[in-house]
Amino acid sequence: MMRDTIILRVVVKLLLPAILIFALYVQFHGDYGPGGGFQAGVAAAAAIILYGMIFGIPAAKQVVPPSVVFVMIPLGVLIYAGTGVAGLLLGDNFLDYSPLGSKPVYGQHLGILIVEFGVLVTVSSTMLAIFYAFGGRADEADAAEEARKDGEGGS
Amino acid sequence: MVVTVIGIIRAHNLFAVVMLGGVYSFLMATVLVILDAVDVSMTEAAVGAGISSVLLLAVLHLVRMREAPLRHTPVIPMIVCLLTGGALVYGTVDLPPFGEAGGPQNQHVAPYYIENAEHETHSPNIVTAVLASYRGYDTLGEVTVIFTAGIGVLVLLAARRRREDDEDEQKGGAA
Repeated sequence: MMRDTIILRVVVKLLLPAILIFALYVQFHGDYGPGGGFQAGVAAAAAIILYGMIFGIPAAKQVVPPSVVFVMIPLGVLIYAGTGVAGLLLGDNFLDYSPLGSKPVYGQHLGILIVEFGVLVTVSSTMLAIFYAFGGRADEADAAEEARKDGEGGS
Repeated sequence: MVVTVIGIIRAHNLFAVVMLGGVYSFLMATVLVILDAVDVSMTEAAVGAGISSVLLLAVLHLVRMREAPLRHTPVIPMIVCLLTGGALVYGTVDLPPFGEAGGPQNQHVAPYYIENAEHETHSPNIVTAVLASYRGYDTLGEVTVIFTAGIGVLVLLAARRRREDDEDEQKGGAA
């Protein structure tokens, strides 16, 4: 969309690693500080969306292909639900993480981490998928606009 | 925030409306920080101000920049808004004061979480422990909602595109 502005390009290139690191920090530090899978997923998706805005959606699609995104959306839910089922199979209640570790406490901790990772996967990929869908339509509209450059009856 | 809302109502340029919406979200995020809800604030800043503004701008790219003229007087929506708002305000009258230690909201399960969350889950952040472990079902439901919403939007957009491909042109994409 804005491929010609050098300041934006440079600033975004500098910012992107920071945003992604922050997302990972929020993700894996979520059980000590504020944050968790949802916040981290949104931040990571925002980083990719920023990249897509400045460098064009095709570039963003090269970084995170839509096929990967479409796999990730259900994958996150499956990770979450699968953790619950794992607890079930190991002889406890659904979504009780206690049997996942050597001690119930460790199991709970591990379970929280895995579950938050599932949330991250689904949230970030859903945001990206919606962005791709809208952005792709905008690009198509652009192309259509270019094709017929005349006769635009504004009201 | 009130000024922003009035600006949103008065503005007829939709670009300005989207930008003011972002401003409103950032103000809301600030309020949430003051209320000590840093994680909610992060979400509000990223989703409300960031991603939804981008999506709305993408939509603006498809539709026209100006607000369409009203086709009928907005009396009935006004009445609905006033009634709903009045009911909500009426509901808050009975709520216990915010942050009161003896209030029922702080007497039910909260003391249990505060006492046991850390040694039961090894997670010093009680919010995370509650969300992911004690209330795991709710969060699973939330993730499923996001999943469903994403799939729904994708299906809608894909269906429209296919129909537009079938029909031949002559459709500025204004929906």
